[in-house]
This record gives sequence, C-alpha cells and structure tokens, in this order.
Amino acid sequence: MSANQGANGAEVHEVRLTVNGAARTANVPARRLLSDCLRHDLRLTGTHVGCEHGVCGACTILLNGAPVRSCLLLAVSADGADITTVEGLADPDGTLSPVQQAFAECHGLQCGFCTPGFLTTITAGLAATPNPDDEQARDMIGGNLCRCTGYQNILAAVHRAAEITRERAAEPGGRS
Amino acid sequence: MSSLFGARVQRVEDDRLIRGHGAYLDDLGNGALAAAFVRSPYAHARITDIDVSGALDVPGLVAIYSYEDLTGRLAEPLPLLIPHPTLTHGRTPYPLAQTEVNHVGEAIAMVVATDRYAAEDAADLIDVSYEPLPAVVGIEAARAADQLVHDDVPGNLAANSTQEHGDTAAAIAAAPHVLELDLEIERSASTPLEGRGVLAEWDEKAARLRLWTSTQTSTGVRAAVAAKLGLDLSQVDVITPDVGGGFGVKIVHPWPEEVLVPWAARLLGQPVKFTEDRREHFISSAHERAQVHHVTVGYDDDGRMLGLDVRFWHDNGAYVPYGIIVPIVTSTQLLGPYKPPAYRVEFDSLYTNTVLVTPYRGAGRPHGCFVMERTIDAIAAERGLDRALVRERNFIQPDEMPYDHGLIFQDGRPLIYDSGDYPAGLRKLKDLVGWDEFPAAKAAAAAEGRRIGIGLACYVEGTGVGPYEGAHVVVETSGKVKVATGLTTQGQGHQTMLAQVVADELGVPLRDVEVVTGDTRRFSYAVGTFASRTAVMSGSAVALAARKAKEKALRVAADALEVAPADLEITDGVVQVKGDPESGISLGTVAVLSNPLRYAFDEAATAATQFAGGTDMSRPPIADDDEPGIEGRAYFSPVRSTFASGMHAVIVETDPQTAEVTILRYCVVHDCGPLINPRIVEGQIHGGVAQGVGGALYERMAYDETGQLVNASFMDFLMPYASEVPKQIEIDHLETPSPLNPLGIKGVGEAGVIPGAAVLAAAIEDAEGIPIRSMPMSPSDLFELRAACESQAGRR
Repeated sequence: MSANQGANGAEVHEVRLTVNGAARTANVPARRLLSDCLRHDLRLTGTHVGCEHGVCGACTILLNGAPVRSCLLLAVSADGADITTVEGLADPDGTLSPVQQAFAECHGLQCGFCTPGFLTTITAGLAATPNPDDEQARDMIGGNLCRCTGYQNILAAVHRAAEITRERAAEPGGRS
Repeated sequence: MSSLFGARVQRVEDDRLIRGHGAYLDDLGNGALAAAFVRSPYAHARITDIDVSGALDVPGLVAIYSYEDLTGRLAEPLPLLIPHPTLTHGRTPYPLAQTEVNHVGEAIAMVVATDRYAAEDAADLIDVSYEPLPAVVGIEAARAADQLVHDDVPGNLAANSTQEHGDTAAAIAAAPHVLELDLEIERSASTPLEGRGVLAEWDEKAARLRLWTSTQTSTGVRAAVAAKLGLDLSQVDVITPDVGGGFGVKIVHPWPEEVLVPWAARLLGQPVKFTEDRREHFISSAHERAQVHHVTVGYDDDGRMLGLDVRFWHDNGAYVPYGIIVPIVTSTQLLGPYKPPAYRVEFDSLYTNTVLVTPYRGAGRPHGCFVMERTIDAIAAERGLDRALVRERNFIQPDEMPYDHGLIFQDGRPLIYDSGDYPAGLRKLKDLVGWDEFPAAKAAAAAEGRRIGIGLACYVEGTGVGPYEGAHVVVETSGKVKVATGLTTQGQGHQTMLAQVVADELGVPLRDVEVVTGDTRRFSYAVGTFASRTAVMSGSAVALAARKAKEKALRVAADALEVAPADLEITDGVVQVKGDPESGISLGTVAVLSNPLRYAFDEAATAATQFAGGTDMSRPPIADDDEPGIEGRAYFSPVRSTFASGMHAVIVETDPQTAEVTILRYCVVHDCGPLINPRIVEGQIHGGVAQGVGGALYERMAYDETGQLVNASFMDFLMPYASEVPKQIEIDHLETPSPLNPLGIKGVGEAGVIPGAAVLAAAIEDAEGIPIRSMPMSPSDLFELRAACESQAGRR
C-alpha cells in the first residue's frame, strides 16, 4: 500500500484487492469505506448500503471467505484481502450458485435491495453448516434485515440451497 | 381457460437482482456531483443566520444553496398534493427552510461537491444560528395548544372532519348497553431498506432534463418538477430505476431533494445525485400511525352494535403535503366487515414538531382495525359471548352486497363494498386456527403454568383506487411483446404479474413479454403505486390493451389467411385457424404485415413492401380508421374502489416472568378475488404480516419532549429480524371476484399488515386477562401493565 496525492489534494492510498477472483487496485483516501470503494471505485454496485452502521447486513461481503459488513471496514484495512461480492457468486459460465438459484425458486426476494447481503451470508453459512435444521437456518440469517419478505421464503431458500448443493454434488462429475 | 393467470410463476425480475446486476438509484450516475444537506437539529426554531464561510475552503466543494438562492416557484412552499374541504389550515414546507424549522431533520442548506464525503465535510462546517422555540410533541401537547407549531394555525388544527350516517347519538341513547374505550396507536414508519434518492442530468443542447428517482410515482414527480422549474412537461423525463422498497413513504412527492437536485444540475451543467442515508431517512422522510381514539358504542344483549361513535385525534407531524388521507382512511375503513346501523366519526388532524406523517402500508387501516376489533372484543367480554360469534352477528352478509355505508371514501367516491363473503372467511379461519378447540388447549397450558391466548381480527381494505391507469402493448416483428404501464414498482413482482396477464390475453409465451413500469418516456399518463392498486388498475389496463392488440392481430391475420377473424386463435405466439396448427402464421409475421413498408430492413419485412403483391389496389395501404402496427393502448378507470378483505388469528404465549410475547401460530384467511400469481400474493402477505408484527410488538418512534427522535438508527428502532417473525404464516384463500374490473381482481399489497396490532392485542389480552388498549406492546410495557393492574386489584 502506498500513499499519493488525490484529485482534491487529499492523501490517497493504493489498495490492492482480489475481488471475485480478479486483481483490482483502487486509490482511495484513508477514510473511504470498503463498501464505497467496491461500489463507486470498483463499480461493483451489487453490494448495497442500507444503514451504514453495520446493522442491516445489506453490504455483507465475503472477506477471505468470512461474511463481514463492508460498511464497517475502511478500504485501506482490506489491502491484500480476497473479497467475494454478490457479483462473484455465480460460476464464471453464468450458472447461478445454489443460494442464488434457491432464492429465485423460493421467491426469496421482493425489492432485492437486501438480497446481496443475504446471498453472501448464506453462502458462508452453508459452507460452515451444510445441512442446517430450522433453528440453524434462522440463526444463519438472524443478523440481516429484510423489510419485504417477512423472511418466510428466505428461510425456505436456505433449505433449498442446501438441497441444491447436495443435488449438484451427486451429479456425475458433480461439484464439491 | 387460461394457463398463466393463477400460476405460481417464478419471477422474471429475479435473475438480475440475485446476480447483483440491479440498478438502484445510487448504483447510477457514477461520477455525478453529490448533494448533502444541512438539517435542523432543533424541532422548532427560528433561523437567525446561515454562515457558510467556514465551508468554502473544503476541497471538492462546488456550491452551497440556502433559501435565499431559490428562484421562481422553487421559492414557494411545496405542493399540498391532496386538498380537502375540511383541511382548512394546510401547511407544507419550503424546499429549504425560509425562516423557521418545524422538525428535527428539516432541510436548511444544500451542499454540492465532487463526492459525498466532501459534501458532508462542507455541510458540517456551515454554521446555522437558531433561536429555539418551544416544541409541540405528541397528541396531548398538540391538543392542549399551549404552544403552536405554526403561528397562523390556531389550536394546531390542520383539519376537523366529521362523517355520519344515521342518528348515532339517538341510537346509542336507546341501546340497552353502552361501552366507552380509549385506544391508542404509536408511530412507526415504512422504513424501506433503500432510502430516498434522486439523480438529475440536464442536457443543455436538447434543453431537456432527465431525472431518476426512487419514487412510487414517476408521473407525479415529473409534473411537480416541471412546474417548480418552469419547464414544459415534454422537457422532463422521469425514470424510476430499481427501487429498494417503498411501503408508502415514496408516494410523497416532490420531496425537497427531488426539486433541488435537478435545479442544481441545470445551474451547474453537471449531473447531481442525492442518496439519503439511514439517519436522514428517520428524521427527514415520513412516519405514520400515531392516533388516539375515543369510542362510544351502543349494543344489544346479543352483542349487535346499534350505534358507534368514534372521536379521534391524528398526529400529522409538521406539515401535510399528502393532505389528510390517513385519518380519512381510518375514519372509513374502521368499519371493516361490520354494519353498525348508525355511525359517526369525527377527527382532528393536528400539527406537531415532528417528522411529517403520510401513508405507510395500511395507511390508516391498522389503526381503524385496531379500534373496531378492540371494540368488538370489549362487547364480547362485557356480554360474556364468544368473540367470533359477536363478529358473525355484526357482519355484512353476502346477499347484502353491494353494501353502501353512506360515507365518502378516500377517493372522494361513495364507500360502497362491491363484494365479499365474510361469514365464509370466518368459518375458514376458525377451522384453520382451531378456534373452537382452543379453550381446552389454553386450560391444558395453564395447568403447566403457561399463559397462552388467542386473538382474531377482521378487516376490509378498499383497493385499486382510481382515477385510472393505462397501458401500451406492442407486438414487434420479432414476435416479442413490449408492455409499458406508467405506475412504478418497488419489488412487488409487477413485471411478472403483468406479463402473466398479457401473455394469457394474447396467447404468447411468458418469455416473449417484457414489461416496463415507471418510465415517463414509455408511458406518460399514470397515477402511481399505492393503495394496493397495481394489479387492479394496471392489471386491468394491460389486459384491455392486450385485447385491442389481439383484435388487431386477428384482423390482419384474417386478411392474410382469407378467413374470418372469429375463426382464428392465437396459441403460443402463432395465429391459426381454430384447431388447425398447420394453418398458422407467427404473430411476428402478422406484425410485419400490419405495417405496409417502402423499405425492407430484413427478409421478413420484404413481405410488407410495396411490390410484394397480395394487396387490394382499390384500398389505401392503411385504412382511414386504422393505424400501422399491432398495438393496443387502453385505460382502466373504475367507478369505485374494490374491497378486499381478510381475517387473521394468532396464538401467543406470554412469559410470566419476562413478559415476552412469543407467537406460536399465525393464521391468515385472505380474499383478493382471483389470484394472478399465488406465489407473489403469499409473498405480499408474508411481508405485511412481518410489518404488522413489528408495529405491534417492537417498532415505535421514540421522541423526547424536545422533539428529538432518540432512536433514529437501526440499532435502536427495532425492525423485526427472522427471529421476531412467526415461524410459519399459515394462509388460506377465499376468492370472491370483484364486479368492477375485467379480471375480477382485488388488491393485496397492504393486506397483511392491517390487522397486526388488533390481532396481537386480542391474543395478549386473552393470555393475560388484562385489557389491552394501547399498542405497540413491548415486554416492558406489558410488565408495567401487569404491575399497574395488580396494584389496582390490591387497592380494591
């Protein structure tokens, strides 16, 4: 990470990230939130900002595989990190991830604004707990706010995503 | 007959949204200048000075505007959108405060800078001097009127409104039994996950404004912005991008930012964007729900209401840009499925120094339902009657439809219910929840030291209010069908639901239909999305437009095939002689033939060119009364609203120690007529129920006596997470068609939220044996209520 003068005369820092498998670089002031860096500097606007105080979970990304609130991190503090955003969940060939497919099948979203945060959170949750029971599924999404769905179909989607993952693994040449 | 109407089709919207490819307001306009606002820290104050000198050296600052910079009609107060004869003292804010601020969060100055960080830096350095004034907070203070919100509004009274049918005073005086109740509901808010936002670009060469805004009415914003900025309507395009939830708050327009941002974009010759943050949403958007009610009801031995008098006080906040729609809805929809022979309702709409109050999902109905259902439960308790039985005895019967209440509804039209079968709904709900078996379960629980209770609440919802919506359907030469309707969408699945209607009407595959909403470039006549009206209004409009397009397609195809139009059908996008698939020509080819061409643009188009032959040379290529193309444009304008209905039952357990309320079962019977897409209808009900539970048990806007909103964050304002909503919402449907529209449908968007406070109050009351007269009910509220009741009992 190196420091330079930015457009407004403020000091900027070069931040190197791996985002959705690609090496990315951004020159940002020290105070730039990671959420703003992803959205406005790297133009990955799939990560949404719902409260900017870490409560709603819409901005959740995977940082070195762990779900974190990108609105509570400074971009400079993520230097060198491996980040997955909602844009990186599908396979390179466009195949939806099990969690994405489950959301579509179960009507797990309405306005879609909170959805990226749920998708990343559940992706990490299912990696840790591949076959959750109802209580584990509810815990998995217990820190994310949705104002549209009443969570009923999101919970159904957690179970369906686990099922899709198993189905895909069972296919000949299936993914692990 | 149809294959898609009624099908649980997967949403066509979702693929983009789950890949992170949605385009919400703040996802647009990368590189645009950013606006931030200086907002009042006082609930009531006079502005004595605005000193911007400290902000001028902030790197990236572009401009600072305050009231004195505003010109022309922008310097006037924002419009009062819905005037009413009883709204005698309507007051609306200026886009930027002139000399006085009337709530914490009111905008005073707008800063434009190269990015939001710089804009907020500068906003922080603007020094506003205030002379604080006493704040009026809460209905009690507003009624007392020791202090005034607006100097020229005596008694803080914006409106006093009365409606009556029958002689209520006489009916109550003659009744064998009379009850009086005081009932209260507190403030909550729509709280979409995405706040408001607006992006504007002024094209100097074309003299044209393009505006993207997170709104529930793009045509409303367009008209207001054109008027405020002195532009012709044709110079303004308003596009609604993906919207991250609305729930009512985004029907208000124009918000100050919606006129200031385009104004600045034009002055500066650069795109400007405003994205509201969460704190701003709490203190500068809108709230709803706060009302205090006094009920007097006369009834007979069987619990039949004979006369009902409701006097209530509505806290409208600092301004009334949306008029008095919320209390009007309460005053009319309070009646629910019941028919008191005499009814009088009077309300005062009162100013306070708090955030303005405009419709939030349910829009006055949750309060009305709470008042009516608490009243019925109180009658049942007084008479020692089953609560369901008392409801049944007061129901409007199916053979009494259409039922005229003798009142005027929120659309200015008579309150006449079009259809509904409330006794059937109640039977279904009693079966679903096991109403008659519950007393045994309650006794068994009590034997284990557990407190459980059951509640029931019914509502009727006027949906699909006018004046109209329209739609345009065009079949392209590819066979693809493009549909546009002017109202907007905020996640309700309109693209899917409307495509289902069109695909069925036209006989084309769903994948060939694409629906656009909320873009004034595509359809410029519209009202907006509110009052559960999209399916009824735009659903009907797209059906009528598709029928016109179909009629045209059959006529053109009949000419080409030399048969009568009546002998043709359209199946899977192919026009064919009925029952003869061999005879078919594709709808795309019909579109080619419908448009006589001089110039071929591809091989298919050759068939329509002037030397292709097969035309009758004695007739003009386009007949006098005809048009080229396979298109239909239609408007739907119903004579009145259509009335959906439903009832909820809930079983709760209350913790004897902590007073925590746990929902054990939540059952819904709902009647919105025929369902276009049951999956989407159920999703709407789920979301509504969650908001109803939130409003009943968790959410409240906590103002202190100085008018500070002390819980203006998601850390302190308790919106339900998955852990707070019912584990399962059990739903049964009843389908009573409406006679008022071509599809027989009724709205569903708001339904789920309406009986939340009423049904949970009833269940908690049943579990605790304590009258519940005020909602929301937090564990500490219930704990204190228990203590108050015990000390009262002790004194006796």
